[in-house]
Amino acid sequence: MDSIEMPRVSRRSFVIGAAAAGTGLAIGLKLPPFGPDVVRAADGSPEVTAWVVIKPDDTVVIRIARSEMGQGTLTGLAQMVAEELECDWSKVTTEYPTPGQSVKRKRAWGDFSTGGSRGIRNSHDYVRKGGAAARMMLVQAAADAWKVPVAECSAANSMVTHNPSGRKVSYGKVAEAAARLTPPKDVPLKDPKDWKIIGKPVKRLDTVDKLTGKQVYGFDLKLPGMLNAAIMECPVFGGKVKSFDAAKVSGRKGVKKVLPVGDSAVAVVADTWWQAKTALDALPIVWDEGPNAKVSSASIAEINKAGLDADQAFVGNKAGDAKGALAGAAKKVEAVYAYPFQNHAPMEPMNATAKYTADKCEVWVPTQNGEAAFAATLAASGLPADKCEVYKIHLGGGFGRRGAFHDYVTQAVRIAKQMPGVPVKLLWSREEDMRQGRFHPVTQCKLVGGFDASNNFTGLHMRISGQSILASVRPQAMKDGMDPATFQGLAPSGEFEFGYKGIPNYLIDHAMRNPHVPPGFWRGVNINQNAIYIECFMDELAAAAKQDPLEFRRKLMAKNPKHLAVLNAVAERAGWGKPAPKGVFRGLAQMKAFDSYVAACAEVSVSGGNKVKIHRIICATDPGHAVNPAQIERQIAGSFVYGLSALFEQECTVKNGRIEQENFNTYGSMKIAQMPKVESIVMPSGGFWGGVGEPTICVAAPAVLNAMAAAMGGKRIRSFPLKNHGITLV
Amino acid sequence: MAKLNINGKVHDVDVEPGMPLLWAIREYAGLTGTKYGCGVAQCGSCTVHVDGAPVRSCVLPVSAAEGKKITTIEGLAVNGVLTKVQKAWLDHEVPQCGYCQSGIIMAVTALLNSKPKPTDADIDGAITNICRCGTFQQVREAIHAAAKA
Ligand code: FES
Ligand code: FES
Repeated sequence: MDSIEMPRVSRRSFVIGAAAAGTGLAIGLKLPPFGPDVVRAADGSPEVTAWVVIKPDDTVVIRIARSEMGQGTLTGLAQMVAEELECDWSKVTTEYPTPGQSVKRKRAWGDFSTGGSRGIRNSHDYVRKGGAAARMMLVQAAADAWKVPVAECSAANSMVTHNPSGRKVSYGKVAEAAARLTPPKDVPLKDPKDWKIIGKPVKRLDTVDKLTGKQVYGFDLKLPGMLNAAIMECPVFGGKVKSFDAAKVSGRKGVKKVLPVGDSAVAVVADTWWQAKTALDALPIVWDEGPNAKVSSASIAEINKAGLDADQAFVGNKAGDAKGALAGAAKKVEAVYAYPFQNHAPMEPMNATAKYTADKCEVWVPTQNGEAAFAATLAASGLPADKCEVYKIHLGGGFGRRGAFHDYVTQAVRIAKQMPGVPVKLLWSREEDMRQGRFHPVTQCKLVGGFDASNNFTGLHMRISGQSILASVRPQAMKDGMDPATFQGLAPSGEFEFGYKGIPNYLIDHAMRNPHVPPGFWRGVNINQNAIYIECFMDELAAAAKQDPLEFRRKLMAKNPKHLAVLNAVAERAGWGKPAPKGVFRGLAQMKAFDSYVAACAEVSVSGGNKVKIHRIICATDPGHAVNPAQIERQIAGSFVYGLSALFEQECTVKNGRIEQENFNTYGSMKIAQMPKVESIVMPSGGFWGGVGEPTICVAAPAVLNAMAAAMGGKRIRSFPLKNHGITLV
Repeated sequence: MAKLNINGKVHDVDVEPGMPLLWAIREYAGLTGTKYGCGVAQCGSCTVHVDGAPVRSCVLPVSAAEGKKITTIEGLAVNGVLTKVQKAWLDHEVPQCGYCQSGIIMAVTALLNSKPKPTDADIDGAITNICRCGTFQQVREAIHAAAKA
């Protein structure tokens, strides 16, 4: 077998390495030498359930279907399985099953999709059952061996004990027998009050290799005989390649091939990526830019602006008669906000490695959704599922770019198909990554609020105009032409429930306007600008009513006790109502996102009218169950970096149909000097499972904006990023 | 043909002298712990030490590194013993995705070599790396912890 850099999931796991080398499936095979009835890992260790392999030395290998991209889901999911398995946490390692194996086993590991902060909250039930069933089988196997009733045995810390006699056996010794048992049908789960690992700030399983350079990301993959490809796709979305002059670069050192990729891109394949990239830079390409070559940010903004007053709009949420209330209002407040396109810019640019032969196509890729990568591989290779395989490699960030889209996989396979038998690693330059994003959608929002003669807030009309993600990305999820995802945080009920159901009359609607720039899910996505729109406007309304922003909100939140609880928590921690330090001003925001209730209070000072210093942000989240509070705190702080970078610095502008920004010099991202102190309040109230990676991002920007407005004597900024107004974060 | 001394080992690399050091390290010396994030000295993912000083290797021509001592992330831990910076990183669980961390650790190591007890202002001035996951709060904590270690 050729030597290979193994895409390891954790430092102690090695099983998947054999699969990655293409020597056969690591798991899912019934290998006769070990007996007919047991599913084996690559090293022959028995699989007790699809989620749990136990080795003779008691090492526990927990299978993780979702992707680790920094958010900690790998550790969190392992905690879930380990909790019910009653195993020794120090013996836990993890591995990724492959999508091909999952297909063969009727999706034994369920959904692979790692987006929408769903990793844990959508699989908590079946992964815990996978652990619990394994424990039951291990206990049963021990009881069988001892010929004692199973009820006399218990399990803890990777040991089964026969309670009356005190006899003990380790999991590793009974795993083989356990794996032969029929899995139990009825698998009860623990009462949350008995949890020992879930809810604890256990250390992540995947840290060490990230400190020594050992961790292999997609960008780092090496395969024997591998070549490297650089690519450029038509920078105008929807455009095509007209021609390219391969002869100009094909004689360059290391260059192996200059290829068309589909009808819209050209790649150079060379020994090294630097050779490929410099040759590509020198390659004359003529584009047919298509019908969008004249589109600009200004033309898109015009269209969205018109939607603010359009007659037709999809109603996402309403109560009472908002238009009537506004028509009869004694006083009206109106504001228009706008939010730009933004790129995900994960630290590791897009990449994928593919190897194609007529009867096998293999892809190695950092992906948030192994199954979607698999589907892209099938489609691009033209081979059936049993001839394709995808190996997930560690991601250098995802944030949504690597979930719903696998354009880079399609490209890698198309390149590999033109060079059969040769593994080719396709790497995007940062510039390609910036140009070819799947962008945070562009919208504007007009809000009108009305008060009666006694200064009671009586009605709200919130009109969003602009881009739909689902219309482009997942049209089958549209509801009668409406994109429900547009209404994140504003919905009548569910994971994005509106927090101000006490407003007597409200109407929240969407005039859909879809430009040619491809939209995508993004960390938080629509909740981010929706939170700015509604939460800043709440402060505007409170100011118009001459009321305290917290008190103003509280009156509207009687029907939203959990929303209110997190808001109260940050207000109390901040000392809302008590004086802030001199020159420091506070701002609030709250939202429900991805089934978690989140709120923030920012403390800000503004100097010279445009230099913003964020002294601290307090953030509360109620995710129902907090699987790993230490990781939740890190996700909160990290989400604020992402959200505040977006607020202050990030916009992708469109000129001549293409994105203008090409790198971090024009698309800035926060530095440590700008980092505020983030204080987290993790307050799980139990009974539900909310997300972690994304929810808190949405409250960062409005809390800061509200504090800024307080600091600037009520002056409001309503279009973003703030750098466009000369405002910087210091 | 250039001679590069990386982590104490001399590599003969057959590259055009204008090629950035980053790609010589990754594609010729085969050390992939040093990352590409921007290629234009903006993000710091590619930070290595050249004669002890932190350098963004994506914009340093190979020719400028010849004859000098280059240290990459792989060169920090000797015989698997983590340095105090790496140890602090482990204790404080700094990395999220981890992609930027090689560069941050190299920048911090250089900072602590020149300023063993940095203030927050020193940190703000010296550490200008981008981390899209947003690990800065833990980075700061871990720097102070490493300084005390
Ligand atoms: S890759 Fe060198 S600074 Fe970004
Ligand atoms: S840890 Fe992911 S970019 Fe820094």
